[in-house]
Amino acid sequence: MSTENEWPLWEVFVRTKAGLDHKHCGSLHAADARMAVQMARDVYTRRQEGSSVWVVRSDQIVASDPGDKDMLFDPAEDKVYRHPTFYKLPDSVDQM
Amino acid sequence: MYTQAMDTMREEGGQPALRTAEEAALQQRFDNRIDAGDFIEAKDWMPDNYRKTLLRQISQHAHSEIVGMLPEGNWITRAPTLKRKAILLAKVQDEGGHGLYLYAAAETLGQSRDQMLDSLHSGKAKYSSIFNYPTLTWADVGTIGWLVDGAAIMNQVPICRCSYAPYARAMIRICREESFHQRQGYDSLLAMMQNGTEAQKAMVQDAVNRWWWPCLMMFGPPDDQSPNSAQGMRWGIKRVSNDTLRQKFVDATVQQAQVLGVSLPDPDLRWNEATQHWDFGTIDWSEFWRVVGGEGPCNRERLAMRVAAWEEGEWVREAALAHSRKQARKEKAA
Repeated sequence: MSTENEWPLWEVFVRTKAGLDHKHCGSLHAADARMAVQMARDVYTRRQEGSSVWVVRSDQIVASDPGDKDMLFDPAEDKVYRHPTFYKLPDSVDQM
Repeated sequence: MYTQAMDTMREEGGQPALRTAEEAALQQRFDNRIDAGDFIEAKDWMPDNYRKTLLRQISQHAHSEIVGMLPEGNWITRAPTLKRKAILLAKVQDEGGHGLYLYAAAETLGQSRDQMLDSLHSGKAKYSSIFNYPTLTWADVGTIGWLVDGAAIMNQVPICRCSYAPYARAMIRICREESFHQRQGYDSLLAMMQNGTEAQKAMVQDAVNRWWWPCLMMFGPPDDQSPNSAQGMRWGIKRVSNDTLRQKFVDATVQQAQVLGVSLPDPDLRWNEATQHWDFGTIDWSEFWRVVGGEGPCNRERLAMRVAAWEEGEWVREAALAHSRKQARKEKAA
């Protein structure tokens, strides 16, 4: 069965309230951007879950390859000195 | 709701032999991740059978949500008050939303939405047996909320910990919304049992009598007749067995029925001091298999309505696409 006439897929990002990040919450099919925003509102914010939505065509997202996970993210594992807890300071100034 | 897929699928031959050492290594790595309680994401390597089983379960779960809109949607225009109508509209809209979350999760496994719908419309894919029963009176709507959604919640909560992350995420969202469904149903029945006429009370009892056994069947066949369960458990797709969930549902429901003031249609239902559970009578599994096989009271009607909705909506889908293509062309030209 052909998928040529299927509406394209969009990823939906919702900002739950002013001041917070937009967070990915799912995807949907819509014919165009305006319809995608309208449908994102109906599908993902029926209970005041959001105050703003972004929609992005799924085929426009570039993602890292899961196969590259070790190469990309493991090198940070042994750099404990990047965390504040690495440094033992005298109790009297440890609130720093 | 509605994860009978694993029980209603036919065996498709054993696991194919692994072809290469590389594949064996991938399989080993996958097994280790499952054992460690890791989540699997859409682009991660997974065995073919894991993908196929999930695709079947999630898409059938989605179909169930969508077909599940029909029995209750039937009563929207006839709800007794504006309040009940608004509640029912919101609930049916939720079911549509749940279907969409699940279709989106299933699509991450590599099948298009249209392919899934085609499987439903051609009768190849199943949906939960429960939606092939009719909603004869207004009390059926409340009973569906209380019992059918109650059974669904029991069934769905463990899937929030499913090893396939997109499915687990969709289930978390669904479970958050589903609790309202059960409570509104119980509330609606309570209004009739406490303030209703004798005829209304009898109507509630009649609805409970008709829905009770089909609800127990929703959990799927007994564990010893559920050959695919073990693999589902091994993969972290299924977390709790059919019989365990069913018992949990019965235990939770008996007291709710007492508070409501209705009886459950099972002469064998009694408290077992030794097991600390409610014993219940034998389920007529021949009815379950008949309904799954297409011979339930409403199978043909439900499917015909879905197909008609899809076909009658075709011109809308095409027009929207044509409009968006035209707009894109105009933008390019400008």
